[in-house]
Amino acid sequence: MLRLILNRILGAIPTLFVIIGISFFMIRMAPGGPFDQERQLPEEIIANLNKVYHLDEPLYQQFGRYLWGILQGDFGPSFQYKDHTVSELIFQGFPVSLKIGGIAIVLAAIIGIFLGTIAALRQNTRVDYLIMGFSMTGITIPSFVMAPLLSLVIGVYLRLLPVGGWGDLKHMVLPIIALTLPQIAYIARLTRGSMIEVLRSNYIRTAKAKGLPERVILARHALRGALLPVVSYLGPATAGIITGSVVIEKIFGIPGIGRFFVLGALNRDYTLVMGVVVFYGIIIILFNLIVDILYGILDPKVRYE
Amino acid sequence: MSENMKTPILSVVDLKTTFLTNDGPVEAVHNVSFDIFESEVLGFVGESGAGKSQVFMSIMGILASNGRASGSALFKGEEILNLPLEKLNKIRGHHLSMIFQDPMTSLNPYLTISKQMSEVLVYHKGLSWSDAEKKSLEMLDCVKIPEAKMRLKSYPHELSGGMRQRVMIAMSLLCEPDILIADEPTTALDVTVQAQILDLMLELKKDFKTAIIMITHDLGVVAQICDRVHVMYGGRIVEKGDVNDIFYNPFHPYTQGLLNSTPRMDQNVQESLVAIPGNPPSLGQLSKGCSFQDRCDFCMPKCLEERPDLKITTSGGLAACHLI
Repeated sequence: MLRLILNRILGAIPTLFVIIGISFFMIRMAPGGPFDQERQLPEEIIANLNKVYHLDEPLYQQFGRYLWGILQGDFGPSFQYKDHTVSELIFQGFPVSLKIGGIAIVLAAIIGIFLGTIAALRQNTRVDYLIMGFSMTGITIPSFVMAPLLSLVIGVYLRLLPVGGWGDLKHMVLPIIALTLPQIAYIARLTRGSMIEVLRSNYIRTAKAKGLPERVILARHALRGALLPVVSYLGPATAGIITGSVVIEKIFGIPGIGRFFVLGALNRDYTLVMGVVVFYGIIIILFNLIVDILYGILDPKVRYE
Repeated sequence: MSENMKTPILSVVDLKTTFLTNDGPVEAVHNVSFDIFESEVLGFVGESGAGKSQVFMSIMGILASNGRASGSALFKGEEILNLPLEKLNKIRGHHLSMIFQDPMTSLNPYLTISKQMSEVLVYHKGLSWSDAEKKSLEMLDCVKIPEAKMRLKSYPHELSGGMRQRVMIAMSLLCEPDILIADEPTTALDVTVQAQILDLMLELKKDFKTAIIMITHDLGVVAQICDRVHVMYGGRIVEKGDVNDIFYNPFHPYTQGLLNSTPRMDQNVQESLVAIPGNPPSLGQLSKGCSFQDRCDFCMPKCLEERPDLKITTSGGLAACHLI
């Protein structure tokens, strides 16, 4: 197990290098620059700014400088948020996104697996159709419709919860609901599908022929196999959800890191874009590793030496 | 036939199994009746799709979700067909156990052999997990699994097909059932392993006094271990008899056809194998009359009109044919 983890960390280095390389040159290829504004700045000021941020150097030299910085844990200064380094921005925003994203994905996994299992057990009955109908709705309604709707109905009409802001538990409820619903829907569908397949398998027939009670068949014999596809979905899904959602954070006014992905790119804030991309890459690699480890625990056939 | 004087352990009367499909109901088992007695080996023979497996899936309550069974199955005088799950679970796996054709997929790939075996004893006998494991170990020794202690900790994928079938057999015998239903237990195995498994079953039958129902399409298997044989065709039993009568004195043309299409060691290998012409009937649209009519060499006008019932043959068996 330890060797697997070490191997993966070593294997992640070239992956990260490729991610950094591609995104570094791609953002530079985009037209415009970090200091373009409505009102043209005087030539001298631009030249000065470029000099301060080393933008006047040849590209390969900037790339080398950037890599050298990353090796020392320095993602550079932000171009837009003056007085802040990119690392500061990420580490201010990430705990917020992690908190609501983490709660959302845990809730989604529990509720989704539960609903999916019920639907599979009651296949082609009203309960199944109800759950799958809800699930289909949850998947098709985009978050930019769901989130304003939630804040309008629960926040404005019913006045049960604040429509936005950050600080209290009550500020977290609506964004978590908005993040959770589509995930519940997706996980429920996934669980239902794989559970139905497992329940038809020969080894479940054997378990029935052995005269085991239904709950034992379900919990001990069926659940593990049925959860494998869900686990592989949950890895990247968790990585995606804890790194924040622009739409949700914008609508509910949450100071997470989701907005940096879009704002950084729009403002040509080169270092910020690079910072969040590298950060996201690390998170994705980390969660894929966690999925692999979980797979090893769940499925004896892929137990690693 | 002294056995007939005893009371049967399991007595099945007019069992019917129907599957509700999109093309309408399909009757896979039609009015099947039979008895099985203590420590005998009863063979069920027939082509794929003859309904032989479905008979026992019905009794064990493991039909596919669109399957419905009706009729009666008395186990020691008690009706067990379509029992509520809770009551059925006290019988299946305990007094009646079943092993399946494909040992590769019939064991749970995610659980150790120990867990899969022990749980049977924990639920049926109320043993503690550690006692159950000890008993499982003994049983693995009984089915001659080498290094049984190590095997307890193995997962199914770490065992060969023959070993897995031994595990299945050991698991099915843990509660010393009255009847072991073996659904083509050797079909997926090598011929050498087949012979070992059959010998093992015969030995265990003596040790545990378990009656065995052997579902197979392999007449070699029948000859090797069965006492009595029921031949199934198109969802019905078409011939019943002692194993010797079936082999030396078959009455039903289908049984004769089956025997003729078996390859023989004493025949010229240049000759091509005899086959029964045509295909088994589709169970969805059974015509009236005998279900074997299109493939029978002796088909008469009466066979097209009237379905033959089982009648006593001169050797004391039963056959469903108008020729008798």
